[in-house]
Amino acid sequence: MAKKVLVLAESRDGALRNVSFEAIAAAKEISGGGEVFAVLCGDSVQSLAAELFHYGADRVLTAEHEKLANYTPDGYFQTLKQIIDDESPEAIVFGHTSLGKDLSPRLAARLESGLISDVTGLEQAGENTVFTRPVYSGKAFEKKLISDGLVFVTIRPNNIAPLEKDESRSGDVTSVSVDIKDLRTIVKEVVRKASTGVDLAEAKIIVAGGRGVKSEDGFKPLQELADVLGAAVGASRGACDADYCDYSLQIGQTGKVVTPDLYIACGISGAIQHLAGMSNSKVIVAINKDPEASIFSVADYGIVGDLFEVVPLLTEEFKKVLV
Amino acid sequence: MNIFVILKRTFDTEEKISVSNNKVSEDSAEFIINPYDEYAIEEAITLKDAHGGTVTVVTVGDEDSEKELRTALAMGADQAVLISNEDLDSQDQFTTSSVLAAYFKDKEYDIILGGNVAIDNGTGQVGPRLAELLDIPHVTTITKIEINGTTVNIERDVEGDLEKIETSLPLLVTAQQGLNEPRYPSLPGIMKAKKKPLETLELDDLDIDEDEVEAKTKTVEVYLPPKKEAGKILTGETPEQVKELVSLLRNEAKVI
Ligand SMILES: Cc1cc2nc3c(=O)[nH]c(=O)nc-3n(C[C@H](O)[C@H](O)[C@H](O)COP(=O)(O)OP(=O)(O)OC[C@H]3O[C@@H](n4cnc5c(N)ncnc54)[C@H](O)[C@@H]3O)c2cc1C
Ligand SMILES: Cc1cc2nc3c(=O)[nH]c(=O)nc-3n(C[C@H](O)[C@H](O)[C@H](O)COP(=O)(O)OP(=O)(O)OC[C@H]3O[C@@H](n4cnc5c(N)ncnc54)[C@H](O)[C@@H]3O)c2cc1C
Repeated sequence: MAKKVLVLAESRDGALRNVSFEAIAAAKEISGGGEVFAVLCGDSVQSLAAELFHYGADRVLTAEHEKLANYTPDGYFQTLKQIIDDESPEAIVFGHTSLGKDLSPRLAARLESGLISDVTGLEQAGENTVFTRPVYSGKAFEKKLISDGLVFVTIRPNNIAPLEKDESRSGDVTSVSVDIKDLRTIVKEVVRKASTGVDLAEAKIIVAGGRGVKSEDGFKPLQELADVLGAAVGASRGACDADYCDYSLQIGQTGKVVTPDLYIACGISGAIQHLAGMSNSKVIVAINKDPEASIFSVADYGIVGDLFEVVPLLTEEFKKVLV
Repeated sequence: MNIFVILKRTFDTEEKISVSNNKVSEDSAEFIINPYDEYAIEEAITLKDAHGGTVTVVTVGDEDSEKELRTALAMGADQAVLISNEDLDSQDQFTTSSVLAAYFKDKEYDIILGGNVAIDNGTGQVGPRLAELLDIPHVTTITKIEINGTTVNIERDVEGDLEKIETSLPLLVTAQQGLNEPRYPSLPGIMKAKKKPLETLELDDLDIDEDEVEAKTKTVEVYLPPKKEAGKILTGETPEQVKELVSLLRNEAKVI
């Protein structure tokens, strides 16, 4: 049965996030041939609509309002609720991002619907779509479906492939005028800490350092390797707590959950809370001087040794072969 | 101030996990207070110390959850409520938040604190869902909170950026790591906890009709990921290992 599906598109620094294109791909599959429409919220988002069509959206709704400049649960809730009431979608897909995690449960509660969070895969089973998601800090997986009513899911970034970009695609953009009442939470200030450059959650290659990196300077060789590979630099909690780097680099249960093609862990022991954030990576390399470190149990390739010796050699070797 | 903490008893995911009959086996499993809920309890006690009032911890769970509630009481909470889920056939986040909302319906609360996510099921839904059902604002993943009268200033973690929020009571917040360092229960705390009130409620006591809170989602399969083949630990002199690694990443794994 064809379904009408709503996708919430998210932007950051004036550009759409990849997870929104992935959400469109997921929505296409859920729709079974029905319509996929994307919703863009912000104070000025009109210019972003075109790219949503390139990735497969059939229609785009824009909601522009000064109160939507910063995300607040109330502002976005009121906007989405109004659109959902008007459009009556049968399924909704958000990214499992900070915004998606904050907003989706609140909406699901009002819509009295189920919600399957942090989805990493989906498949059709008869009339239903069955969703896969990691549980128990990534040690197990479950397959779930919505047994009653609206199909509402959030998808983990970097797990569902977006559709091939087709710049010849276009469609209708409708601007929705929204009436936003009082905001009960007000954003006073946003202190940007996340480095510009590659977004960790969307990076294809990540070079991550742990307490074994030993100092802020110790991250330099990792950064050099990352530069050669076009990779992002990440870190364990241990490295953040020791002040070797900012918390915005943290990967794991508390920090970012990442699924790159290649994850190079340097001087990270492999605590379960760290593994929860990266064990789904396609290929994992561990560099650690302790052969017993648990990171080796999830690694595809391991080098037992001193990272300060191994990492610079690795950078040199990649330089040679990547010319 | 009326301070509430919603607490989940959870599987300790540091332990080994096995699956049987399409469920994660609970035999010989270790259970703990969800670690993010420990931050919530600690913050609740700190708020009480600063503003006075009572701290009540509430869980929806089976009778074994009494253990985690007693631990919270030993840390310094004043009273605990166990809402028994034993009459429920199916329970998902819709169910849990609806049951909690029924409990809070006739309570006076200034602030409700929870964890940002449960480490076993890992959805982070229950907090914001409950806030909506109670029609109060919510702020997730908080790392700092200050209350002055009914004005509340909060810092929250947004994918590594720091957001400063102003809001007001009544309010629901969820705790992120970094909010505080949870205390360990002291021996006198443990002794006192045994005498602190712990109320057990059945769904009937909350006028809940099981059918109305029936889960909206269904788990069709639970499985362990295919066992990863043991990784290749390279050998030889370091420069040779590095050469081999680069070649493996290019030719075998094909990721570069
Ligand atoms: C509720 C909760 C949430 C948490 N969330 C997270 C999270 O999101 N992310 C996270 O990462 N952690 C998290 N943690 C913390 C986690 O439990 C670990 O403490 C942390 O991951 C350890 O960091 P580490 O591996 O860098 O440090 P360590 O465990 O100290 O490991 C350092 C490693 O470096 C190796 N080493 C040292 N020197 C060298 C060298 N010269 N060359 C090569 N190797 C070397 C050592 O052999 C060791 O294995 C959380 C904990 C709790 C309780
Ligand atoms: C008999 C039984 C059957 C179940 N069947 C299913 C099922 O079919 N599908 C399914 O998805 N889950 C099922 N569960 C699991 C359970 O319903 C969920 O774990 C629960 O709803 C909480 O969701 P979560 O783990 O995602 O918590 P999150 O939403 O990640 O938790 C966030 C925060 O909410 C609070 N919180 C969470 N749970 C509780 C609670 N129980 N009491 C008080 N506060 C809480 C805590 O502060 C926690 O830190 C079942 C559990 C039982 C006991």
